[in-house]
Amino acid sequence: MATSQLGAKKFRVLPGFRLTLGFTLLYLGLIVLIPLAATVWKTTTLTWQQFWQTVTSPFALAAFKLSFGVSFLAAIVNLVFGLLVAWVLVRYQFWGKRVMDALVDLPFALPTAVAGIALSSLYAENGWIGRWFTPFGIKISYTWLGIFVALTFIGLPFVVRTVQPVLEDLDMEVEEAAASLGANRWKTFRRVIIPMLFPSLLTGFALAFARALGEYGSVVFISNQQPGQGQIVPMLIMQELDQFDYAKATALAMVMLVISFLLLLAINLLQWRASRHH
Amino acid sequence: MAAIISSFGKRQARRRPTTEPVFIRWLLIGVALAFLGVFLVVPLVTVFVKAFSKGVGYYFHTLADPITLASIKLTFIAAAIAVPLNCIFGVAAAWAVTKFDFRWKNFLITLIDLPFSVSPVISGMIFVLVFGAQGIVGRILVNSDPANPVTMSDWMLDHGIRIIFAVPGIVLATMFVTFPFVARELIPLMQAQGRNEEEAARTLGARGWQTFWRVTLPNIKWGLLYGVILCNARAMGEFGAVSVVSGHIRGHTNTMPLHIQVLNDSYDAAGAFAVASLLTFLALVTIVLKAWVESKGATLRPSEEKH
Repeated sequence: MATSQLGAKKFRVLPGFRLTLGFTLLYLGLIVLIPLAATVWKTTTLTWQQFWQTVTSPFALAAFKLSFGVSFLAAIVNLVFGLLVAWVLVRYQFWGKRVMDALVDLPFALPTAVAGIALSSLYAENGWIGRWFTPFGIKISYTWLGIFVALTFIGLPFVVRTVQPVLEDLDMEVEEAAASLGANRWKTFRRVIIPMLFPSLLTGFALAFARALGEYGSVVFISNQQPGQGQIVPMLIMQELDQFDYAKATALAMVMLVISFLLLLAINLLQWRASRHH
Repeated sequence: MAAIISSFGKRQARRRPTTEPVFIRWLLIGVALAFLGVFLVVPLVTVFVKAFSKGVGYYFHTLADPITLASIKLTFIAAAIAVPLNCIFGVAAAWAVTKFDFRWKNFLITLIDLPFSVSPVISGMIFVLVFGAQGIVGRILVNSDPANPVTMSDWMLDHGIRIIFAVPGIVLATMFVTFPFVARELIPLMQAQGRNEEEAARTLGARGWQTFWRVTLPNIKWGLLYGVILCNARAMGEFGAVSVVSGHIRGHTNTMPLHIQVLNDSYDAAGAFAVASLLTFLALVTIVLKAWVESKGATLRPSEEKH
Protein backbone atom coordinates (compact mmCIF):
# COMPACT_ATOMS: atom_id res chain seq x y z
CA MET A 1 0.00 0.00 0.00
CA ALA A 2 1.35 3.36 1.02
CA THR A 3 4.34 1.64 2.59
CA SER A 4 6.80 2.11 -0.23
CA GLN A 5 5.98 5.73 -0.77
CA LEU A 6 6.31 6.49 2.93
CA GLY A 7 9.25 4.16 3.46
CA ALA A 8 11.37 5.94 0.89
CA LYS A 9 10.97 9.27 2.61
CA LYS A 10 13.81 8.96 5.04
CA PHE A 11 16.56 6.63 6.09
CA ARG A 12 15.50 4.27 8.85
CA VAL A 13 17.94 2.91 11.38
CA LEU A 14 15.68 0.08 12.51
CA PRO A 15 14.69 -2.70 10.15
CA GLY A 16 11.40 -4.44 9.60
CA PHE A 17 9.10 -1.56 8.73
CA ARG A 18 7.67 -3.18 5.62
CA LEU A 19 7.52 -6.64 7.17
CA THR A 20 5.76 -5.62 10.38
CA LEU A 21 3.43 -3.02 8.88
CA GLY A 22 2.63 -5.33 6.00
CA PHE A 23 1.77 -8.19 8.32
CA THR A 24 -0.21 -5.87 10.58
CA LEU A 25 -2.31 -4.57 7.70
CA LEU A 26 -2.80 -8.05 6.21
CA TYR A 27 -3.89 -9.63 9.48
CA LEU A 28 -6.04 -6.64 10.43
CA GLY A 29 -7.67 -6.75 7.01
CA LEU A 30 -8.37 -10.48 7.03
CA ILE A 31 -9.63 -10.82 10.59
CA VAL A 32 -11.28 -7.47 11.26
CA LEU A 33 -11.76 -5.13 8.32
CA ILE A 34 -13.01 -7.45 5.58
CA PRO A 35 -15.58 -9.22 7.79
CA LEU A 36 -16.79 -5.87 9.15
CA ALA A 37 -16.94 -4.40 5.65
CA ALA A 38 -18.97 -7.42 4.57
CA THR A 39 -21.53 -6.58 7.24
CA VAL A 40 -21.79 -3.01 6.04
CA TRP A 41 -22.09 -4.26 2.46
CA LYS A 42 -24.83 -6.69 3.49
CA THR A 43 -26.80 -3.77 4.93
CA THR A 44 -26.76 -2.05 1.56
CA THR A 45 -28.75 -4.96 0.11
CA LEU A 46 -31.66 -3.85 2.30
CA THR A 47 -33.96 -1.11 1.12
CA TRP A 48 -34.26 1.87 3.41
CA GLN A 49 -37.85 0.86 4.13
CA GLN A 50 -36.88 -2.69 5.13
CA PHE A 51 -34.14 -1.33 7.34
CA TRP A 52 -36.44 1.17 9.02
CA GLN A 53 -39.18 -1.42 9.54
CA THR A 54 -36.73 -3.81 11.17
CA VAL A 55 -35.19 -1.35 13.58
CA THR A 56 -38.52 0.24 14.55
CA SER A 57 -40.54 -2.95 14.97
CA PRO A 58 -42.16 -3.19 18.43
CA PHE A 59 -39.76 -5.94 19.54
CA ALA A 60 -36.75 -4.01 18.30
CA LEU A 61 -37.87 -0.81 20.03
CA ALA A 62 -38.50 -2.72 23.26
CA ALA A 63 -35.03 -4.28 22.99
CA PHE A 64 -33.34 -0.92 22.36
CA LYS A 65 -35.20 0.61 25.29
CA LEU A 66 -34.22 -2.24 27.61
CA SER A 67 -30.59 -2.31 26.40
CA PHE A 68 -30.03 1.42 26.76
CA GLY A 69 -32.03 1.87 29.95
CA VAL A 70 -30.52 -0.99 31.91
CA SER A 71 -26.97 -0.42 30.56
CA PHE A 72 -27.23 3.22 31.63
CA LEU A 73 -28.44 2.32 35.12
CA ALA A 74 -25.71 -0.31 35.50
CA ALA A 75 -23.06 2.18 34.35
CA ILE A 76 -24.36 4.75 36.89
CA VAL A 77 -24.06 2.21 39.72
CA ASN A 78 -20.56 1.37 38.49
CA LEU A 79 -19.70 5.07 38.39
CA VAL A 80 -20.66 5.62 42.03
CA PHE A 81 -19.24 2.39 43.46
CA GLY A 82 -16.25 2.42 41.10
CA LEU A 83 -15.22 5.81 42.47
CA LEU A 84 -15.75 4.55 46.02
CA VAL A 85 -13.68 1.40 45.45
CA ALA A 86 -10.89 3.33 43.68
CA TRP A 87 -10.84 5.90 46.51
CA VAL A 88 -10.65 3.25 49.22
CA LEU A 89 -7.92 1.34 47.35
CA VAL A 90 -5.75 4.43 46.77
CA ARG A 91 -6.25 6.43 49.96
CA TYR A 92 -6.70 3.93 52.81
CA GLN A 93 -4.70 1.10 54.29
CA PHE A 94 -6.57 -1.94 55.49
CA TRP A 95 -6.21 -5.68 55.77
CA GLY A 96 -6.96 -7.57 52.57
CA LYS A 97 -6.45 -4.56 50.32
CA ARG A 98 -4.21 -6.32 47.81
CA VAL A 99 -6.64 -9.21 47.43
CA MET A 100 -9.46 -6.73 46.93
CA ASP A 101 -7.42 -4.86 44.32
CA ALA A 102 -6.73 -8.05 42.35
CA LEU A 103 -10.33 -9.23 42.72
CA VAL A 104 -11.67 -6.11 40.98
CA ASP A 105 -10.44 -7.66 37.71
CA LEU A 106 -12.58 -10.76 38.19
CA PRO A 107 -15.35 -9.65 35.78
CA PHE A 108 -12.67 -9.25 33.07
CA ALA A 109 -11.29 -12.71 33.71
CA LEU A 110 -14.44 -14.68 34.47
CA PRO A 111 -16.18 -16.03 31.35
CA THR A 112 -19.55 -14.35 30.90
CA ALA A 113 -21.39 -17.68 30.81
CA VAL A 114 -20.05 -18.49 34.27
CA ALA A 115 -21.08 -15.08 35.58
CA GLY A 116 -24.49 -15.65 34.00
CA ILE A 117 -25.29 -18.98 35.66
CA ALA A 118 -23.79 -17.92 39.01
CA LEU A 119 -25.80 -14.69 39.15
CA SER A 120 -29.03 -16.24 37.90
CA SER A 121 -28.81 -18.93 40.58
CA LEU A 122 -27.90 -16.40 43.32
CA TYR A 123 -30.72 -14.02 42.49
CA ALA A 124 -33.39 -16.66 41.80
CA GLU A 125 -36.45 -16.71 44.08
CA ASN A 126 -34.87 -19.34 46.33
CA GLY A 127 -31.26 -18.27 45.69
CA TRP A 128 -28.86 -17.09 48.40
CA ILE A 129 -29.53 -13.43 47.64
CA GLY A 130 -32.87 -13.62 45.81
CA ARG A 131 -34.66 -15.21 48.80
CA TRP A 132 -34.22 -12.01 50.83
CA PHE A 133 -36.20 -10.11 48.21
CA THR A 134 -38.92 -12.72 47.64
CA PRO A 135 -40.95 -11.77 50.78
CA PHE A 136 -41.26 -8.25 49.37
CA GLY A 137 -42.55 -9.59 46.08
CA ILE A 138 -39.36 -8.57 44.26
CA LYS A 139 -38.13 -11.00 41.66
CA ILE A 140 -34.62 -10.40 40.35
CA SER A 141 -33.60 -13.31 38.13
CA TYR A 142 -35.72 -13.51 34.97
CA THR A 143 -36.82 -9.86 35.24
CA TRP A 144 -35.10 -6.65 34.13
CA LEU A 145 -33.54 -6.42 37.59
CA GLY A 146 -31.56 -9.59 36.83
CA ILE A 147 -30.25 -8.05 33.60
CA PHE A 148 -29.30 -4.97 35.63
CA VAL A 149 -27.35 -7.13 38.12
CA ALA A 150 -25.50 -8.95 35.31
CA LEU A 151 -24.59 -5.72 33.50
CA THR A 152 -23.42 -4.13 36.76
CA PHE A 153 -21.18 -7.17 37.36
CA ILE A 154 -19.52 -7.12 33.95
CA GLY A 155 -18.96 -3.34 33.99
CA LEU A 156 -17.61 -3.22 37.52
CA PRO A 157 -13.84 -2.93 36.82
CA PHE A 158 -13.98 -0.10 34.26
CA VAL A 159 -14.50 2.96 36.47
CA VAL A 160 -12.18 1.58 39.17
CA ARG A 161 -9.38 0.99 36.68
CA THR A 162 -9.73 4.35 34.93
CA VAL A 163 -10.00 6.42 38.12
CA GLN A 164 -7.39 4.56 40.21
CA PRO A 165 -4.22 5.70 38.33
CA VAL A 166 -5.46 9.31 38.13
CA LEU A 167 -6.21 9.32 41.85
CA GLU A 168 -2.75 7.89 42.57
CA ASP A 169 -1.11 10.74 40.64
CA LEU A 170 -3.25 13.44 42.22
CA ASP A 171 -1.15 16.07 43.91
CA MET A 172 -1.81 16.25 47.66
CA GLU A 173 -0.68 19.88 47.67
CA VAL A 174 -3.88 20.95 45.95
CA GLU A 175 -5.94 19.38 48.71
CA GLU A 176 -3.69 20.95 51.34
CA ALA A 177 -4.17 24.31 49.69
CA ALA A 178 -7.93 23.84 49.68
CA ALA A 179 -7.85 22.90 53.37
CA SER A 180 -5.64 25.85 54.30
CA LEU A 181 -8.02 28.16 52.49
CA GLY A 182 -10.74 26.94 54.80
CA ALA A 183 -12.54 24.34 52.73
CA ASN A 184 -13.77 21.38 54.73
CA ARG A 185 -13.11 17.85 53.54
CA TRP A 186 -16.46 17.43 51.78
CA LYS A 187 -16.11 20.73 50.00
CA THR A 188 -12.56 19.86 48.92
CA PHE A 189 -13.81 16.56 47.58
CA ARG A 190 -16.71 18.13 45.74
CA ARG A 191 -14.99 21.23 44.40
CA VAL A 192 -11.37 20.10 43.97
CA ILE A 193 -11.05 16.33 43.71
CA ILE A 194 -14.16 15.50 41.65
CA PRO A 195 -13.37 18.06 38.91
CA MET A 196 -9.86 16.62 38.57
CA LEU A 197 -11.21 13.09 38.36
CA PHE A 198 -14.03 14.05 36.03
CA PRO A 199 -12.47 13.01 32.66
CA SER A 200 -11.46 9.61 34.02
CA LEU A 201 -14.88 9.12 35.64
CA LEU A 202 -16.58 9.92 32.36
CA THR A 203 -14.25 7.59 30.44
CA GLY A 204 -14.89 4.74 32.88
CA PHE A 205 -18.61 5.36 32.68
CA ALA A 206 -18.55 5.33 28.87
CA LEU A 207 -16.49 2.12 28.79
CA ALA A 208 -18.84 0.38 31.22
CA PHE A 209 -21.87 1.60 29.26
CA ALA A 210 -20.39 0.45 25.92
CA ARG A 211 -19.50 -2.92 27.36
CA ALA A 212 -22.99 -3.36 28.83
CA LEU A 213 -24.66 -2.48 25.52
CA GLY A 214 -22.88 -5.30 23.71
CA GLU A 215 -23.05 -7.88 26.48
CA TYR A 216 -24.73 -11.17 25.69
CA GLY A 217 -23.26 -14.12 27.61
CA SER A 218 -24.19 -13.23 31.15
CA VAL A 219 -27.58 -11.73 30.31
CA VAL A 220 -28.87 -14.72 28.36
CA PHE A 221 -28.80 -16.84 31.52
CA ILE A 222 -30.52 -14.38 33.85
CA SER A 223 -33.18 -13.06 31.47
CA ASN A 224 -36.55 -14.68 30.77
CA GLN A 225 -35.76 -14.21 27.05
CA GLN A 226 -39.32 -13.08 26.29
CA PRO A 227 -39.38 -11.03 23.07
CA GLY A 228 -40.43 -7.47 23.81
CA GLN A 229 -39.89 -7.92 27.51
CA GLY A 230 -36.65 -9.63 28.51
CA GLN A 231 -34.68 -9.27 25.30
CA ILE A 232 -31.75 -6.91 24.95
CA VAL A 233 -30.56 -6.05 21.43
CA PRO A 234 -27.79 -8.69 21.17
CA MET A 235 -30.37 -11.33 22.14
CA LEU A 236 -32.74 -10.10 19.44
CA ILE A 237 -29.90 -10.26 16.89
CA MET A 238 -29.18 -13.80 18.05
CA GLN A 239 -32.83 -14.75 17.60
CA GLU A 240 -32.87 -13.41 14.02
CA LEU A 241 -29.65 -15.32 13.28
CA ASP A 242 -31.16 -18.53 14.66
CA GLN A 243 -34.04 -18.06 12.23
CA PHE A 244 -31.55 -17.42 9.40
CA ASP A 245 -33.03 -13.95 8.92
CA TYR A 246 -29.66 -12.38 8.20
CA ALA A 247 -31.11 -9.18 6.74
CA LYS A 248 -32.92 -8.30 9.97
CA ALA A 249 -29.93 -9.30 12.10
CA THR A 250 -27.65 -7.14 9.98
CA ALA A 251 -29.95 -4.12 10.21
CA LEU A 252 -30.01 -4.34 14.01
CA ALA A 253 -26.27 -4.98 14.12
CA MET A 254 -25.62 -1.90 11.99
CA VAL A 255 -27.41 0.32 14.49
CA MET A 256 -25.42 -1.19 17.36
CA LEU A 257 -22.13 -0.89 15.42
CA VAL A 258 -22.71 2.79 14.66
CA ILE A 259 -23.57 3.50 18.30
CA SER A 260 -20.53 1.66 19.63
CA PHE A 261 -18.23 3.43 17.15
CA LEU A 262 -19.62 6.77 18.26
CA LEU A 263 -18.97 5.75 21.87
CA LEU A 264 -15.44 4.65 20.96
CA LEU A 265 -14.88 8.00 19.28
CA ALA A 266 -16.19 9.85 22.33
CA ILE A 267 -13.95 7.80 24.65
CA ASN A 268 -10.86 8.46 22.52
CA LEU A 269 -11.69 12.15 22.39
CA LEU A 270 -12.10 12.24 26.17
CA GLN A 271 -8.75 10.55 26.69
CA TRP A 272 -7.03 12.80 24.20
CA ARG A 273 -8.39 15.85 26.01
CA ALA A 274 -7.47 14.42 29.40
CA SER A 275 -3.89 13.72 28.30
CA ARG A 276 -3.55 17.25 26.94
CA HIS A 277 -4.58 18.69 30.30
CA HIS A 278 -1.79 16.87 32.12
CA MET B 1 -5.16 2.68 60.08
CA ALA B 2 -4.99 2.30 63.83
CA ALA B 3 -1.23 1.93 63.59
CA ILE B 4 -0.88 5.17 61.70
CA ILE B 5 -3.05 7.06 64.15
CA SER B 6 -1.26 5.70 67.24
CA SER B 7 2.16 6.42 65.76
CA PHE B 8 1.14 10.02 65.44
CA GLY B 9 0.66 10.05 69.20
CA LYS B 10 -1.92 11.76 71.33
CA ARG B 11 -0.72 15.21 70.45
CA GLN B 12 -1.84 14.50 66.90
CA ALA B 13 -5.44 14.31 68.04
CA ARG B 14 -6.48 16.53 65.17
CA ARG B 15 -6.34 14.61 61.93
CA ARG B 16 -4.40 15.84 58.94
CA PRO B 17 -6.44 18.14 56.75
CA THR B 18 -6.11 15.87 53.73
CA THR B 19 -7.83 12.84 55.14
CA GLU B 20 -11.24 11.97 56.49
CA PRO B 21 -12.46 11.32 60.05
CA VAL B 22 -11.89 7.73 61.18
CA PHE B 23 -15.55 6.73 61.15
CA ILE B 24 -15.96 8.01 57.57
CA ARG B 25 -12.91 6.03 56.53
CA TRP B 26 -14.23 2.85 58.09
CA LEU B 27 -17.67 3.49 56.64
CA LEU B 28 -16.27 3.89 53.11
CA ILE B 29 -14.04 0.82 53.45
CA GLY B 30 -17.01 -1.13 54.80
CA VAL B 31 -19.34 -0.15 51.98
CA ALA B 32 -16.68 -0.87 49.33
CA LEU B 33 -15.94 -4.27 50.84
CA ALA B 34 -19.64 -5.09 51.11
CA PHE B 35 -20.22 -4.11 47.47
CA LEU B 36 -17.30 -6.20 46.20
CA GLY B 37 -18.25 -9.02 48.55
CA VAL B 38 -21.80 -9.25 47.24
CA PHE B 39 -20.90 -8.72 43.59
CA LEU B 40 -17.63 -10.66 43.32
CA VAL B 41 -16.99 -13.01 46.24
CA VAL B 42 -20.49 -14.45 46.64
CA PRO B 43 -20.79 -15.47 42.94
CA LEU B 44 -17.34 -17.08 43.15
CA VAL B 45 -18.33 -19.10 46.20
CA THR B 46 -21.65 -20.05 44.57
CA VAL B 47 -19.89 -21.62 41.59
CA PHE B 48 -17.89 -24.01 43.73
CA VAL B 49 -20.71 -24.80 46.19
CA LYS B 50 -23.16 -25.57 43.37
CA ALA B 51 -20.54 -27.56 41.47
CA PHE B 52 -20.29 -29.98 44.39
CA SER B 53 -24.01 -29.84 45.29
CA LYS B 54 -24.52 -33.41 44.04
CA GLY B 55 -21.34 -34.66 45.59
CA VAL B 56 -17.76 -35.11 44.50
CA GLY B 57 -18.68 -38.24 42.53
CA TYR B 58 -21.11 -36.38 40.31
CA TYR B 59 -18.61 -33.57 39.84
CA PHE B 60 -15.98 -35.88 38.41
CA HIS B 61 -18.60 -37.87 36.55
CA THR B 62 -19.55 -34.66 34.66
CA LEU B 63 -15.96 -33.72 33.97
CA ALA B 64 -15.05 -37.19 32.74
CA ASP B 65 -18.02 -37.28 30.37
CA PRO B 66 -16.78 -37.59 26.75
CA ILE B 67 -18.90 -34.62 25.67
CA THR B 68 -17.42 -32.45 28.43
CA LEU B 69 -13.94 -33.62 27.51
CA ALA B 70 -14.61 -32.78 23.85
CA SER B 71 -15.69 -29.25 24.87
CA ILE B 72 -12.53 -28.82 26.96
CA LYS B 73 -10.43 -30.00 24.02
CA LEU B 74 -12.13 -27.60 21.60
CA THR B 75 -11.66 -24.68 24.01
CA PHE B 76 -7.95 -25.46 24.18
CA ILE B 77 -7.66 -25.85 20.39
CA ALA B 78 -9.31 -22.47 19.77
CA ALA B 79 -7.07 -20.77 22.32
CA ALA B 80 -3.97 -22.60 21.06
CA ILE B 81 -4.50 -21.15 17.59
CA ALA B 82 -5.89 -17.71 18.42
CA VAL B 83 -3.48 -16.72 21.20
CA PRO B 84 -0.15 -17.35 19.37
CA LEU B 85 -1.41 -15.69 16.18
CA ASN B 86 -2.65 -12.63 18.06
CA CYS B 87 0.62 -12.62 19.97
CA ILE B 88 2.69 -12.49 16.76
CA PHE B 89 0.34 -9.86 15.39
CA GLY B 90 0.63 -7.83 18.60
CA VAL B 91 4.42 -7.80 18.49
CA ALA B 92 4.50 -6.94 14.76
CA ALA B 93 1.90 -4.18 15.12
CA ALA B 94 3.63 -2.71 18.18
CA TRP B 95 6.99 -2.77 16.37
CA ALA B 96 5.56 -1.04 13.30
CA VAL B 97 3.67 1.54 15.31
CA THR B 98 6.30 2.40 17.92
CA LYS B 99 9.59 2.10 16.02
CA PHE B 100 8.55 4.09 12.96
CA ASP B 101 6.66 7.25 12.13
CA PHE B 102 4.11 7.21 9.42
CA ARG B 103 0.88 8.90 8.50
CA TRP B 104 -2.43 7.45 9.73
CA LYS B 105 -0.63 5.86 12.69
CA ASN B 106 -3.24 6.88 15.25
CA PHE B 107 -5.98 5.76 12.91
CA LEU B 108 -4.29 2.36 12.66
CA ILE B 109 -4.17 2.10 16.47
CA THR B 110 -7.90 2.90 16.61
CA LEU B 111 -8.60 0.18 14.03
CA ILE B 112 -6.64 -2.34 16.09
CA ASP B 113 -8.88 -1.49 19.06
CA LEU B 114 -12.03 -1.92 17.01
CA PRO B 115 -12.94 -5.50 18.01
CA PHE B 116 -13.25 -4.39 21.65
CA SER B 117 -16.16 -2.15 20.81
CA VAL B 118 -18.06 -4.72 18.77
CA SER B 119 -20.70 -6.75 20.60
CA PRO B 120 -19.73 -10.46 20.82
CA VAL B 121 -22.89 -11.50 18.97
CA ILE B 122 -22.02 -9.15 16.11
CA SER B 123 -18.43 -10.44 16.14
CA GLY B 124 -19.76 -13.91 15.42
CA MET B 125 -22.33 -12.67 12.95
CA ILE B 126 -19.80 -11.01 10.64
CA PHE B 127 -18.14 -14.38 10.03
CA VAL B 128 -21.51 -15.96 9.24
CA LEU B 129 -22.06 -13.20 6.66
CA VAL B 130 -18.66 -13.88 5.09
CA PHE B 131 -18.38 -17.65 5.26
CA GLY B 132 -21.98 -18.81 5.78
CA ALA B 133 -24.02 -20.74 3.20
CA GLN B 134 -25.33 -17.50 1.67
CA GLY B 135 -22.23 -15.57 2.59
CA ILE B 136 -19.97 -13.49 0.41
CA VAL B 137 -17.27 -16.13 0.01
CA GLY B 138 -19.88 -18.79 -0.71
CA ARG B 139 -21.17 -16.86 -3.70
CA ILE B 140 -17.83 -16.63 -5.47
CA LEU B 141 -17.82 -18.72 -8.65
CA VAL B 142 -15.01 -21.23 -8.79
CA ASN B 143 -15.40 -22.19 -12.44
CA SER B 144 -15.85 -20.12 -15.58
CA ASP B 145 -18.61 -22.16 -17.16
CA PRO B 146 -21.65 -19.88 -17.45
CA ALA B 147 -23.95 -22.80 -18.24
CA ASN B 148 -23.08 -24.69 -15.09
CA PRO B 149 -21.90 -22.25 -12.44
CA VAL B 150 -20.26 -23.78 -9.38
CA THR B 151 -20.14 -21.49 -6.39
CA MET B 152 -17.59 -21.58 -3.62
CA SER B 153 -20.22 -22.90 -1.21
CA ASP B 154 -21.02 -25.83 -3.59
CA TRP B 155 -17.33 -26.53 -3.94
CA MET B 156 -16.79 -26.46 -0.19
CA LEU B 157 -19.79 -28.74 0.34
CA ASP B 158 -18.37 -31.23 -2.18
CA HIS B 159 -15.02 -31.23 -0.47
CA GLY B 160 -16.46 -31.45 3.02
CA ILE B 161 -15.05 -28.11 4.10
CA ARG B 162 -17.13 -26.31 6.67
CA ILE B 163 -16.23 -23.02 8.31
CA ILE B 164 -19.44 -21.81 9.91
CA PHE B 165 -21.07 -24.19 12.41
CA ALA B 166 -17.70 -25.93 12.57
CA VAL B 167 -14.32 -25.59 14.27
CA PRO B 168 -12.73 -23.06 11.82
CA GLY B 169 -15.57 -20.60 12.49
CA ILE B 170 -15.04 -20.96 16.23
CA VAL B 171 -11.33 -20.28 15.83
CA LEU B 172 -11.99 -17.23 13.62
CA ALA B 173 -14.53 -15.77 16.05
CA THR B 174 -12.11 -16.34 18.94
CA MET B 175 -9.33 -14.64 16.97
CA PHE B 176 -11.56 -11.64 16.33
CA VAL B 177 -12.65 -11.06 19.92
CA THR B 178 -9.12 -11.47 21.30
CA PHE B 179 -7.48 -9.56 18.45
CA PRO B 180 -6.34 -6.37 20.28
CA PHE B 181 -5.18 -7.77 23.64
CA VAL B 182 -1.44 -8.22 23.05
CA ALA B 183 -1.09 -5.23 20.72
CA ARG B 184 -2.70 -2.80 23.14
CA GLU B 185 -0.51 -3.92 26.03
CA LEU B 186 2.68 -3.62 23.96
CA ILE B 187 2.02 -0.36 22.12
CA PRO B 188 2.06 1.96 25.18
CA LEU B 189 4.90 -0.02 26.75
CA MET B 190 7.16 0.13 23.67
CA GLN B 191 6.20 3.75 23.11
CA ALA B 192 7.45 4.58 26.60
CA GLN B 193 10.66 2.59 26.09
CA GLY B 194 11.54 4.48 22.92
CA ARG B 195 13.93 3.46 20.18
CA ASN B 196 17.35 4.27 21.64
CA GLU B 197 18.32 0.78 22.76
CA GLU B 198 17.46 -0.80 19.43
CA GLU B 199 19.24 1.96 17.55
CA ALA B 200 22.32 1.48 19.72
CA ALA B 201 22.28 -2.25 19.04
CA ARG B 202 22.08 -1.60 15.32
CA THR B 203 24.92 0.90 15.46
CA LEU B 204 27.02 -1.69 17.25
CA GLY B 205 26.42 -4.06 14.37
CA ALA B 206 23.53 -6.24 15.51
CA ARG B 207 21.33 -7.59 12.76
CA GLY B 208 17.60 -6.96 12.76
CA TRP B 209 16.49 -10.21 14.33
CA GLN B 210 19.37 -10.11 16.79
CA THR B 211 18.21 -6.67 17.90
CA PHE B 212 14.71 -7.98 18.40
CA TRP B 213 15.63 -11.15 20.31
CA ARG B 214 18.43 -9.69 22.42
CA VAL B 215 17.23 -6.15 23.08
CA THR B 216 13.52 -5.70 22.46
CA LEU B 217 12.13 -9.01 23.67
CA PRO B 218 13.81 -8.90 27.11
CA ASN B 219 12.45 -5.38 27.53
CA ILE B 220 8.88 -6.27 26.66
CA LYS B 221 8.62 -9.79 28.05
CA TRP B 222 6.45 -8.87 31.05
CA GLY B 223 4.13 -6.73 28.99
CA LEU B 224 3.91 -9.50 26.44
CA LEU B 225 3.12 -12.08 29.12
CA TYR B 226 0.48 -9.74 30.54
CA GLY B 227 -1.20 -9.42 27.14
CA VAL B 228 -1.02 -13.17 26.54
CA ILE B 229 -2.64 -13.92 29.92
CA LEU B 230 -5.57 -11.59 29.22
CA CYS B 231 -5.85 -12.80 25.63
CA ASN B 232 -5.96 -16.41 26.76
CA ALA B 233 -8.59 -15.78 29.44
CA ARG B 234 -10.88 -14.17 26.91
CA ALA B 235 -10.16 -16.82 24.25
CA MET B 236 -11.15 -19.63 26.59
CA GLY B 237 -14.14 -17.83 28.02
CA GLU B 238 -15.74 -16.28 24.95
CA PHE B 239 -19.41 -17.08 24.70
CA GLY B 240 -21.47 -14.81 22.43
CA ALA B 241 -19.29 -14.76 19.31
CA VAL B 242 -18.59 -18.48 19.49
CA SER B 243 -22.25 -19.21 20.12
CA VAL B 244 -23.23 -17.62 16.79
CA VAL B 245 -20.78 -19.63 14.68
CA SER B 246 -20.88 -22.88 16.64
CA GLY B 247 -24.05 -24.61 15.50
CA HIS B 248 -24.16 -26.28 18.95
CA ILE B 249 -23.32 -29.81 17.87
CA ARG B 250 -22.69 -31.62 21.15
CA GLY B 251 -19.29 -33.19 21.35
CA HIS B 252 -18.14 -31.45 18.18
CA THR B 253 -18.66 -27.71 18.09
CA ASN B 254 -19.36 -26.83 21.71
CA THR B 255 -16.67 -25.09 23.70
CA MET B 256 -16.73 -25.13 27.50
CA PRO B 257 -18.84 -21.96 27.86
CA LEU B 258 -21.32 -23.35 25.32
CA HIS B 259 -21.37 -26.70 27.08
CA ILE B 260 -22.29 -24.86 30.30
CA GLN B 261 -25.33 -23.49 28.50
CA VAL B 262 -26.30 -26.93 27.17
CA LEU B 263 -26.09 -28.48 30.65
CA ASN B 264 -27.93 -25.55 32.22
CA ASP B 265 -30.72 -25.74 29.63
CA SER B 266 -31.15 -29.45 30.33
CA TYR B 267 -31.68 -28.68 34.03
CA ASP B 268 -28.35 -30.20 35.04
CA ALA B 269 -27.31 -27.29 37.25
CA ALA B 270 -24.66 -29.29 39.14
CA GLY B 271 -23.12 -30.35 35.83
CA ALA B 272 -23.19 -26.80 34.44
CA PHE B 273 -21.49 -25.49 37.58
CA ALA B 274 -18.93 -28.31 37.49
CA VAL B 275 -17.77 -27.16 34.05
CA ALA B 276 -18.09 -23.55 35.21
CA SER B 277 -15.80 -24.30 38.16
CA LEU B 278 -12.99 -25.15 35.74
CA LEU B 279 -13.36 -21.82 33.98
CA THR B 280 -13.64 -20.04 37.34
CA PHE B 281 -10.40 -21.67 38.41
CA LEU B 282 -8.84 -20.41 35.17
CA ALA B 283 -10.15 -16.90 35.93
CA LEU B 284 -8.63 -17.01 39.42
CA VAL B 285 -5.29 -18.16 38.01
CA THR B 286 -5.55 -15.33 35.49
CA ILE B 287 -6.05 -12.60 38.09
CA VAL B 288 -3.28 -14.00 40.31
CA LEU B 289 -0.86 -14.09 37.34
CA LYS B 290 -2.01 -10.62 36.31
CA ALA B 291 -1.32 -9.23 39.79
CA TRP B 292 2.05 -11.02 39.83
CA VAL B 293 3.10 -9.58 36.46
CA GLU B 294 1.94 -6.12 37.58
CA SER B 295 4.02 -6.47 40.74
CA LYS B 296 7.05 -7.03 38.51
CA GLY B 297 6.47 -3.40 37.64
CA ALA B 298 7.62 -4.02 34.12
CA THR B 299 4.28 -3.20 32.58
CA LEU B 300 2.78 0.20 32.42
CA ARG B 301 -0.27 0.18 34.56
CA PRO B 302 -2.96 0.37 31.88
CA SER B 303 -4.71 3.63 32.54
CA GLU B 304 -7.71 2.28 30.79
CA GLU B 305 -8.56 -1.25 29.88
CA LYS B 306 -11.08 -2.36 27.38
CA HIS B 307 -12.06 -5.94 27.40
